[in-house]
Amino acid sequence: MSWQPIVKSPDKFPLKPHLSNYLETCKSFSWEQAAAGLDGLPDGRGLNIAFEAVDRHALGANAEKVALRWLGKNGERRDISYSELRAQSNRFANLLGELGIGAGERVFSLSGRVPELYFSAFGTLKNRSVFCPLFAAFGPEPIAQRLQLGEGRVLVTSERLYSKKVAAQRTQLPQLKYVLLTDAEQDIDDATLALKPLLEQASAEFTIPPTDPEDMALLHFTSGTTGKPKGAVHVHQAVLMHYVTGTYVLDLHPQDIFWCTADCGWVTGTSYGMIAPLTHGVTNLVDEAEFEAERWCRTLEEQQVSVWYTAPTAIRMLMRSELEPVKQYDLSPLRLVHSVGEPLNPEAVVWGIKALGLPIHDNWWQSETGGIMIANYAAMAVRPGSMGRPVPGVEAAIVRRDGESLEMISDPDVEGELALKAGWPSMFRSYLNDEERYRNCFVGDWYLTGDLAQRDADGYFWFVGRADDIIKTAGHMVGPFEVESVLLEHPAVAEAGVIGIPEPTIGQLVKAFVALHPGYQQSEELRRELLGFARKKLGSAVAPKQIAFAENLPKTRSGKIMRRLLKARELGLPEGDTSTLEETS
Amino acid sequence: MNTDEIKQQIFNGLIDIAPEVELDELDPNENLREELDIDSYDFLSLLIGLNESLGVEIPETDYEKLVSLTDLVAYLAAKLDESR
Repeated sequence: MSWQPIVKSPDKFPLKPHLSNYLETCKSFSWEQAAAGLDGLPDGRGLNIAFEAVDRHALGANAEKVALRWLGKNGERRDISYSELRAQSNRFANLLGELGIGAGERVFSLSGRVPELYFSAFGTLKNRSVFCPLFAAFGPEPIAQRLQLGEGRVLVTSERLYSKKVAAQRTQLPQLKYVLLTDAEQDIDDATLALKPLLEQASAEFTIPPTDPEDMALLHFTSGTTGKPKGAVHVHQAVLMHYVTGTYVLDLHPQDIFWCTADCGWVTGTSYGMIAPLTHGVTNLVDEAEFEAERWCRTLEEQQVSVWYTAPTAIRMLMRSELEPVKQYDLSPLRLVHSVGEPLNPEAVVWGIKALGLPIHDNWWQSETGGIMIANYAAMAVRPGSMGRPVPGVEAAIVRRDGESLEMISDPDVEGELALKAGWPSMFRSYLNDEERYRNCFVGDWYLTGDLAQRDADGYFWFVGRADDIIKTAGHMVGPFEVESVLLEHPAVAEAGVIGIPEPTIGQLVKAFVALHPGYQQSEELRRELLGFARKKLGSAVAPKQIAFAENLPKTRSGKIMRRLLKARELGLPEGDTSTLEETS
Repeated sequence: MNTDEIKQQIFNGLIDIAPEVELDELDPNENLREELDIDSYDFLSLLIGLNESLGVEIPETDYEKLVSLTDLVAYLAAKLDESR
């Protein structure tokens, strides 16, 4: 079925959108002019994300405005003003200094959405250390691996997560000097400290040292198709992208109540759940609880959310619940809904009109891009199923890679790899300690995203799929190699191949195929043992949801598992080129 | 069906979702999803499975009430009582 464009009438909007004419805004846009929306550190001392997001408001007219409205999972509520957020993040910065943690050193978080997480993130940036968030549903292996790769010096976490997922591996993490526990009353030992008392003792005064816009600020791990996870390095300059997309995509106005439902363990939760809204001085809502259809609808109503940034999995779960929030709840303050994480199906875009009273605006970006790159806009017609058009200042193209050269595809509706012209402020500056992989992402001036897409005759981009084997599940990336490696650690497993199979709610579901060593028998008991084994090591965010036995897996003659073929066979798709397939007897 | 039998049904439902969980180590009053380290999708699968095995309708709008194992057991017991 074809979907009609959703045409808007911006002149009837309660607020005039910052971007009312897409083409005109793109034409007149310059990064130099956009940078005028930021203050920079006083006395020309550079640019620091925490100053733009917190201090400049705390030192001005917004000092007592609510920066973070925190909703606890048990019904608590805490309002944190810009002034308090400044003081608390200053305390954390001072604490890092006292602990001997300096510029460029990595501070990791593994935490639920609690206020201390936000104090730590901004305090880390103030100290010019590097903030690296981890997802709390990772298991011990992905956590330890990322801490090692990122050379984490400090980990901010809770008592529970520490004892369940980190403590047993602490000896393998010699570079990790301190663990700071957000909810502990007392220190556990000299290197595992209770955060709250330390924050209380630390001074609330701190002057952000001179910060070069190119200083490393954030580290986001993302899964690779082979090998270890990659740490995408972002710098303080990225805040310009956060600010600009806050203007043109999220359309933030001073009176907005903004809610980004993404967890801070992922790049969306950092770029848009922490930084972007605060650079605009709005009130940013933080809900500690996990998705719950009724709770979320009630929160939209009670907190009078005006701009909502959520994810396809949540939207599809709401669709399943058969709630029609706009009929049961007063959503009158809500004026704009965005979604990111994986392509939003047209049915869901249109469902928004019926159930929320507003279409849902899909957008596209990745850990490497640091901020939204392609988007649907409040004032622009939505073509359901399209990711929209490039953000002003961003140049996107469809290309075909041919070794060291690129063929630019200008014909409409032709599939190719989505590429971005290098130079936007939040472009990743490296993969930590992995220059070669970084270089491989670029051909000339273009960053190749690994996503396949096409562009229609009017310049709208449409997502097609991944160019590699990375699995997108519930909005986050899972690298098949990471899962296969863990399965191979089990003594019964001789071969493992991991693919994503389509699932209506979470997009793709991680499924593993395993071949057993001689002497092991396929059985339900062993299947469950492998499932549990993978879950214990990888955690629910990464572990396979399904495991199937296979006699042997399709491999190339050089012995590499052909995931593409595994997937084609599983889904009954054409097998394509099998000329490299190993012959099996 | 008594509460022990209901618990057994829940644990049976978990075998394909979180088979590694040591059931006697579970704190019945803590957040069940956190205790089990399962995500929203797993939780949904568990409840759909219970719907089938117990024949109890669990509307999604009730999920919010089902925080801990104790909550879930009590909820299912009440539902089973109603349908008797």
